[in-house]
Amino acid sequence: MLETDMLQSEMWQAIWLSLQLATVTTIILLLIGTPLAWWLARSGSFFKEVVATLVALPLVLPPTVLGFYLLVVMGPRSPLGQTLDEWFDLRLAFTFEGLVVGSVIYSMPFVVQPIRNAFEAIGSRPMEVAATLRASPLQAFFYVALPLARPGLLCGTVLGFAHTLGEFGVVLMIGGNIPGETKVVAVAIYDYVEALEWQQAHQLSAGLLLFSFVCILTMNILEKKMRRQSL
Amino acid sequence: MSGWLEGRFSTQFEQFCLDVELSLPAQGVTALFGRSGSGKTTLLRCLAGLQRAANGRLKVGDQLWQDRRLFVPPHRRPIGYVFQEASLLPHLSVKQNLCFGLARTAQPTRIDYQQVVELLAINALLDRMPDKLSGGERQRVAIGRALLTQPQLLLMDEPLSALDTEGKQQILPYLQTLARTLAIPTVYVSHSLDEVCRLADRMLYLESGRVIDQGPLTEVVARLPLGRQLGQESAVVEARLLAHDAGYGLSYLDLQGQRLSINLRSAALGDVIRVRIPARDVAISLTRIEGSSMLNTLPATVTDFEPFADGVRMLIRLRCGDTQLLSKITRKSFQLLGIRRGLAVYAQIKTVSLFDDAETGHDYG
Repeated sequence: MLETDMLQSEMWQAIWLSLQLATVTTIILLLIGTPLAWWLARSGSFFKEVVATLVALPLVLPPTVLGFYLLVVMGPRSPLGQTLDEWFDLRLAFTFEGLVVGSVIYSMPFVVQPIRNAFEAIGSRPMEVAATLRASPLQAFFYVALPLARPGLLCGTVLGFAHTLGEFGVVLMIGGNIPGETKVVAVAIYDYVEALEWQQAHQLSAGLLLFSFVCILTMNILEKKMRRQSL
Repeated sequence: MSGWLEGRFSTQFEQFCLDVELSLPAQGVTALFGRSGSGKTTLLRCLAGLQRAANGRLKVGDQLWQDRRLFVPPHRRPIGYVFQEASLLPHLSVKQNLCFGLARTAQPTRIDYQQVVELLAINALLDRMPDKLSGGERQRVAIGRALLTQPQLLLMDEPLSALDTEGKQQILPYLQTLARTLAIPTVYVSHSLDEVCRLADRMLYLESGRVIDQGPLTEVVARLPLGRQLGQESAVVEARLLAHDAGYGLSYLDLQGQRLSINLRSAALGDVIRVRIPARDVAISLTRIEGSSMLNTLPATVTDFEPFADGVRMLIRLRCGDTQLLSKITRKSFQLLGIRRGLAVYAQIKTVSLFDDAETGHDYG
């Protein structure tokens, strides 16, 4: 009995941790991804293609490779890891903060791409209209570009959140398996299967399956709405 | 040059070279006229600052908007801009669109909200979203929105070209009222001679990025070379309104001492009004013909003629007093009548052709 309770609480701990990670990651991604997407949609510089490639890299890169390099860069013996530790008392390897950094990089393309597409779909005309109505570029961005890109922003939010929630490879590499600190849902499922606790694995897996289904459904509906708006 | 607006742009753009110098007065409507690709819109965008011509200089009133070092961005220029196609912000209602610029216009408002709403008759539309409006309604709102930014210079880029005939007819009267009542200097881009003749006082004729001719409208139109009127060869005459004949639905004009009948106009007696007479509606006879359905017969002298490229028709330039008329006849008639320079003829003009409110602009292309 006691053991089941412990299992249950461990499961909820993993779910709670995953939700926290996904929320923090999505907020950070919206804050840095939106200006980045705007720049990628508007800029004419060659440098843009290089940045776009870097942003898209996690789409094809094996998560373990990304995790490995992150570990090398952020590890306690790396110059960056040592600097962060000395100056900010911040350790990124095997901590929640480290997971956030890894997730931000890993989920970046899923947030930036839909927002960039939405900005590109707006075209330059509404921004010109705003300019002739005395709106500065910044005002035009907030009052015209952002509202018009709303379906793209929503889409990016949903995808970024869902993708972070299901993360496994990167987490395992840089976060390990510390309950309450780095043991997220996907890692927990792996653990349950290893320990032959099929029921818990089933519960968590079914939860993620349902969640993913709802996400994709929401996305499709949003995309349809976006297409209708751009007509 | 000492106009209110003085500009010089000389830039190589991707597709063509813009090389113009212009000077406009502080009042009236100036038409930028020319065929597609002549640089009209580019020039207008340079005036607005939406496009930056590298070697440009622009002075409006006592403000410098652009020179070698300075470039005032569009949102800091006191302009109103009406785009070619519907450009209402789709996420805002009509009212929010109208007020979008108003909120950031600090100066005392010379043109107030109520006045614009009434002038353009958009009261019933205020709460609607742009996608629930017809093309004509959208353009009216766009014009109203531009006016409410209290522009010192109004720039219009073919505001009627995206509309059907009905939409054009719906908006033209508003534009005419606007030009009269608000007295904002306006630059109006168009390739429709009909539109231009109704709205503009001055014309700037552009060809491949260069200004070929500029001056008062009637003079520039009269000087337009053959084939340059974009298939709309016509003369523009200004004449005083003599009398109305409501019974027949006609008005009479005094043109060089001759009486010209046109369809009933609403203008007041004594007003000088402008009518466009398309060349295809002017016939030529050697003697005064009695009993013709053409009500207008004016004595005229042939000043010049040139063949159309099709080899079938000829364009005849006629002078009637100080007024220039154009006539389009077949080469066969030309030979049968023995047309030559200095020949005294009678120009017969269809009445209906002068009813320009029914004309829809014989657009090129």
